[in-house]
Amino acid sequence: MRQIAFYGKGGIGKSTTSQNTLASMAEQGQRIMIVGCDPKADSTRLMLHSKAQTSVLQLAAELGAVEDVELDQVLQEGYRGVKCVESGGPEPGVGCAGRGIITAINFLEEEGAYEDLDFVSYDVLGDVVCGGFAMPIREGKAQEIYIVVSGEMMAMYAANNIARGVLKYAQSGGVRLGGLICNSRNTDREVELIEALANKLNTQMIHFVPRDNVVQHAELRRMTVNEYAPDSKQADEYAQLADKIINNKKLTVPTPITMDELEELMVDFGILDSDEKYQEALAAEEKVVAVV
Amino acid sequence: MTDNLDKNRPTNEATDGPVNGATDGPVNGAADPGKIQDHFDLFTTDRYQELFANKRQYEGAHTAEKVAEVAEWTKSWEYREKNFERQSLTVNPAKACQPLGALFVASGFEGTLPYSHGSQGCVAYFRTHLTRNYKEPFQAVSSSMTEDAAVFGGLANMKLGLENAYELYKPKMIALCTTCMAEVIGDDLGAFVTTSKQEGHIPETLPVPYAHTPSFVGSHITGYDNMLKSILSTLTKDKKAENTNGKFNFNLGFDPYIGNIRELKRILGLFGIDYTILSDNSDTFDSPNTGEFKMYNGLTTLEDTANSINAEGTFFFQKYTTPKTQDYIAKDWEQKTYNFRPFGIKGTDEFLMNLSALTGKPIPLVLQQERGRAVDALTDSQAWIHGKRIALYGDPDHVFNLTQFLLEMGAEPVHIVVTNSNPDFESEIRELLTNSPYGQEATVWGKKDLWHLRSLMFTEPVDLLIGNSYGKYLWRDTGTPLVRIGYPIFDRHHMHRYATLGYQGAINQFNWIINTILDELDRNTIVPAKTDISFDLIR
Repeated sequence: MRQIAFYGKGGIGKSTTSQNTLASMAEQGQRIMIVGCDPKADSTRLMLHSKAQTSVLQLAAELGAVEDVELDQVLQEGYRGVKCVESGGPEPGVGCAGRGIITAINFLEEEGAYEDLDFVSYDVLGDVVCGGFAMPIREGKAQEIYIVVSGEMMAMYAANNIARGVLKYAQSGGVRLGGLICNSRNTDREVELIEALANKLNTQMIHFVPRDNVVQHAELRRMTVNEYAPDSKQADEYAQLADKIINNKKLTVPTPITMDELEELMVDFGILDSDEKYQEALAAEEKVVAVV
Repeated sequence: MTDNLDKNRPTNEATDGPVNGATDGPVNGAADPGKIQDHFDLFTTDRYQELFANKRQYEGAHTAEKVAEVAEWTKSWEYREKNFERQSLTVNPAKACQPLGALFVASGFEGTLPYSHGSQGCVAYFRTHLTRNYKEPFQAVSSSMTEDAAVFGGLANMKLGLENAYELYKPKMIALCTTCMAEVIGDDLGAFVTTSKQEGHIPETLPVPYAHTPSFVGSHITGYDNMLKSILSTLTKDKKAENTNGKFNFNLGFDPYIGNIRELKRILGLFGIDYTILSDNSDTFDSPNTGEFKMYNGLTTLEDTANSINAEGTFFFQKYTTPKTQDYIAKDWEQKTYNFRPFGIKGTDEFLMNLSALTGKPIPLVLQQERGRAVDALTDSQAWIHGKRIALYGDPDHVFNLTQFLLEMGAEPVHIVVTNSNPDFESEIRELLTNSPYGQEATVWGKKDLWHLRSLMFTEPVDLLIGNSYGKYLWRDTGTPLVRIGYPIFDRHHMHRYATLGYQGAINQFNWIINTILDELDRNTIVPAKTDISFDLIR
């Protein structure tokens, strides 16, 4: 059994990319379980064709204790037999979502959810913000991390942060970076930029997923592209990504970069202006003000 | 000496010194001002009584009559029903938290330093808790986590803590457990330990088993299980041999009676069985005073523990304390595991007969004679306990053993409260009760606390209460005599030195129970010319 995890900046399309890819993997005969680690609990909606499934923590709160929850109450089978669990978590602004992930994953382990599977996939919210969000990459859990990213500055910043989190655990354990998945936003020179970032992080851009409206169309129907438009070009893209993940041998210890290096990279690609240009622009502006 | 001190210094002639109630008159004060009074005398002196009375006006308290009225109401059925509807409040739960069990079991291993990864207050609490029960010092260290550790994670504290602990106390093993804070922030102990070793804070070869023991999950018995499993899996790694070593492993679970470990060892010695007690903490909590301080008193050697993987089988005396460890031994070690309850006559019989069958060794004559004596002792006083209604509480296995013993005596358990209960335990004990004519009145109250028990005892009174020291509040409120059996026992001494296990243990336990009943009988027949018609010399 391989355990993988999808990380990435909020709103980058982790859940969409992961579910579409996993659907393709399931089509190729892999037995898969998705563990959603996001309090929003939307990591499995395309698989289950539902708004949000009952999460482990939601039920635990209702019943009073997580010990009272039974596995079959929270584990549902979705599209192509993919098993789906959502950890759930608190409302925004209260409690501790990180602890929620720890509780939910411990629960799944104790209840024996990890049996008869080829892949377990964790879909984790945002950056690695606290110890709880790193739970899926602890020793004995996810060994391969895929970071969903785009050519936008902050998405790359988040990817670099996640690489730092992975590095922390890679030194003492077996977790490795499997690659960057570029979920295109149609920004300038996106492929080259992400490839350059991947290079700096000592990893690969495992796949470039182009932007295609069919993803949104499928999503509106709570479906993966694999199900909604199996013959589309986009379905083929996800199939390629699925294939690459299944056969991925390039698992590395990441080499995260500093904020300055990241900015330099953006400058090199002409996305950001250099400091000198920035100063010139400021000076020019001041001159204009002075004249007036 | 300053004037100030001089003025305050009580002398024999002084009549107005503030110390020791020296100013009070002969009626209710200290006659001898030089005598230091204990607090239970001191606060009854007029001076303090006046002070308390004056203080009342600022307290905004209800009148004594009102308090009495409400106290009376809490005895009613109406209140009981309200009490049992209680959802978001626990009052006096009969359980402690996970790290306590983790430290307890860890301390039974040779040269082992229990280490609590959290702030200092946590480990201080566990240490005092154990010390108050055993009247014995207990050594454990912590990471001293503070605000910055909560924000940045506990790795830095862990590294320094391990390094200091190793340098200062030279342990052979450090057994790590966590606390609430480390768990909420998601500290990854496995990675921390590896990092600490890689960076050379502690030697690579030092065994550092670790267990995640959040206090807000389960109870002390859960922590016991987690820690034991981790210690065993750490020490037995790569130790599996071709052949078994002919020994048997024994685990007593969270058993506060160190006398039980010694009694078990005596029994095994009589049989001539080679054994390993997995966590022998009998000396930890009862080390001889030789005038020299000995830091580590755990009696289970690390070598024996490593070798325990090659034993013929492992006996567990507390089924519901160690489910994970037992499962691990059965599956990972592929070893036979057995559950027995050598408490009371029936439980001890079953254990000894099976032990004899498994080892092919006959039951020693000494033990057969002890059985005879125990049965004799029980029949001597059985008439006094037969039909007595009993309330009891504690950990699942503890309560199970007591219940089985009480049923043997013809006592009738009525209220059985187990805060850290579980469904398997409840169905097993219900079966036990259903199958006995004396168990028909019993109700098992899982997940309930001592405030629930208070309502039960007021609305459906019993003759006797069995539990730990916290039962003294129920004794005070309901007047039901209390037999202290369990953990913790803070307010009576030396109980933990005795055995409750085996035939000897049955006699001890019975002694405590029956003599509490007889004491109470004396108390109830003490009024001259009224009840003393039954104030008998011979009982």
